[in-house]
Amino acid sequence: MKLSHLTFGQEAVVEQINDNELSLKLLEMGLLPGETVALENIAPFGDPIAIRVGEYKMCLRLEDADCVVVHLK
Amino acid sequence: MKQELTVALVGNPNSGKTSLFNALTGLNYKVSNFPGTTVEKKTGSTKLNEDVTAQIIDLPGTYSLYPKSADELVTYELLRNKSETNFPDLVLFIADASNLKRNLLLLTQVADLGVPVVLALNMVDLAERKGIFYDEQILSEALNIPVLSINARKRTGVKEIKEKLLNEHARNRVKYFSLDFLDTKFLDELSDFTDKRNHYAALQYAINAAHLISTKSKYIREIFDKYQFDARAFQEKEILERYHLIDDAVRLSRRQKPGTHARSFSQKADKILTHRFAGITIFLGLLFLVFQAIFSWSVLPMEWVEIGFVKSSEWVERTLPAGVLNDLLVHGVLAGLSGVMVFLPQIIILFAFIAILEDVGYMARVGFIMDRIMRPFGMNGKSIVPLISGMACAVPSIMATRSIENKKERLITILVTPLMSCSARLPVYTLLIAMLIPEDAKWGPFNLHGIVLMLMYLLGFAAALFSAFIFKFFIKAERKNFFLMELPSYKLPIVHNLLITLYDKGAAFVWGAGKIIVAVSIILWALASFGPTNSMKRIDEKYITLAMEANQPYTLEELATQKNTEKLQASYAGEFGRLIEPVIKPIGFDWKIGIALLTSLAAREVFVGTMSTIYSVGGDVDDLHSIRNKMSNEKDPVTGKPIFSIAAVLSLMVFYAFALQCMSTVSVVQTETKSWKWATIQFVYMTALAYLSSLLVFTMLS
Repeated sequence: MKLSHLTFGQEAVVEQINDNELSLKLLEMGLLPGETVALENIAPFGDPIAIRVGEYKMCLRLEDADCVVVHLK
Repeated sequence: MKQELTVALVGNPNSGKTSLFNALTGLNYKVSNFPGTTVEKKTGSTKLNEDVTAQIIDLPGTYSLYPKSADELVTYELLRNKSETNFPDLVLFIADASNLKRNLLLLTQVADLGVPVVLALNMVDLAERKGIFYDEQILSEALNIPVLSINARKRTGVKEIKEKLLNEHARNRVKYFSLDFLDTKFLDELSDFTDKRNHYAALQYAINAAHLISTKSKYIREIFDKYQFDARAFQEKEILERYHLIDDAVRLSRRQKPGTHARSFSQKADKILTHRFAGITIFLGLLFLVFQAIFSWSVLPMEWVEIGFVKSSEWVERTLPAGVLNDLLVHGVLAGLSGVMVFLPQIIILFAFIAILEDVGYMARVGFIMDRIMRPFGMNGKSIVPLISGMACAVPSIMATRSIENKKERLITILVTPLMSCSARLPVYTLLIAMLIPEDAKWGPFNLHGIVLMLMYLLGFAAALFSAFIFKFFIKAERKNFFLMELPSYKLPIVHNLLITLYDKGAAFVWGAGKIIVAVSIILWALASFGPTNSMKRIDEKYITLAMEANQPYTLEELATQKNTEKLQASYAGEFGRLIEPVIKPIGFDWKIGIALLTSLAAREVFVGTMSTIYSVGGDVDDLHSIRNKMSNEKDPVTGKPIFSIAAVLSLMVFYAFALQCMSTVSVVQTETKSWKWATIQFVYMTALAYLSSLLVFTMLS
């Protein structure tokens, strides 16, 4: 499944990041294959979302979360 | 022997670099920037021991050496260029211990450039509350660099850092990521061309420059093609291998203990602050509070500034011999300065709020909440901070756009920020609204003046969004836009840092704006004081004769003001007013307003002062009542109708809301976009928008 499909509070493990202009930036930010992520907040208009990556929290838009493939933990 | 050492402070955003910088240097620094975040490098000095002084350079936070935004570029540029005078002897890397892994990625990149690195572990207390401990000794051995724990907030560990920086071990150059898998000939060829002794630095520079349009970049792409080098695949491999190496070091040195779940506070706060209804309500409530504070807390200090200027003007007028210099200082320089300095209290209050909200971590949440709303307008969540601060002053707000990664979104934000009603428009609005509505008019329980004022602010915001929407179609995007941002955990603001920031902002405003205002007000003063010699002389003579007549009905003071008025009309500024009258007639302005438009070209608030001079209100310039009455009684000499009809006043208000009458903004836009092109486009479009809107308002209402 995709990172953008997680529902509130769900935990998942990153499988891979599909090729995209942003994928290197996502890797730099620690969104690595095997890393655990969790959906922690959703902005008032449903987009962007805030996720926990490793030991910190970051936010990204749904369209960018689309290129991150995850499986539920 | 005296010795000087250059030390660069490098780290991720929000890792506490600026706190450490303040703790190390105190007030021994120069250059300033926007509150809360560092967008420009800042240099200060500290004594390491009797003989060695260190120049400390605070740099904007970055996540990697492949910069994505203008502020990150500042850091990259300093570290990549060995011939740069500021090139550091060593890097003091500051890392957030509660999130060590991601922080160390940048550390390994910096070290591979061939600069010695010392690691300072910050926020150890925060990590400990999460149950995470690091063994400094083991981490130091694993990374092969000196490591020590500090607490930049409480300013502990500063002495130890100074000792470490002097340590021989701190001069070690280490290498983490090996380029052995690449063709040596390829690396040599790149190094020759990019003039580097370090292969990683050469390759890294080549990858960053390959996207650019220049002959150098074209040549880099040719070398890449020749050796079939895939930059993207290389970068991916680089990131993964670095993380692999970091994982090992972190695992070895990390001691886990049961934590007290410190992050649950941030998580609970976020649940409320980013909530669908509560989040937006709190955000709007905070905005309201900020505006209340700006307007109510600043009343007294603004009075002090005014009194200060009045006193010093009087002193200069009395002390210096009467003449051109006296006149220039009092009516040119001091009058110009006081018009702007009077806003210093409001600006300080606004900056204090922004700095606190930034320090606490709330500004990142505002971006998160607002991103979806800003997107259709070609901007992103990070644009909201400059737009809000634009209500105080567009100049620092435009500098704050540096954190926006996408060039198109950043440019749009720069172009529309001056449409937000800044504090300089306030006195103009106040005067004009008072001409429309009786002071005690109410709408239900609310003061009608306040409501109209708020409508003017909303009008500015609407115009900003509208213009952004139009620009979206005309500015082409070089890259995909995205909104990727860390949401740092909430922290208490540090009073010491806040005070330094405010001192910094205040000084920057006084000197920066002051210089321009002095220059421009001298020019304007000259234009308004001098005119064609013949006509000026005639006025002088006329009043000398008048004053001698025994039974003329005016007092000497009244005569003096009348004379000043006539002289202004005859001056070059007056001539200019008449010259542009045909252009401004259709929007309801006469030549006198034309003079005010000219004088307020440098700064909007000058409008009120010019009006009072033109309508010769004797004595107190700030007496709004008398200016208002004079203006209301003004009649068109041909038609006999009042000049300041409702239509004309509304037209004037709309004009001031949209026109870019601020030289400081023009100059900061030129610096930030590095071109006169955008500064000119902005000036032209805002003036056109102002003129056309005024034309529409005036024609519809009259």
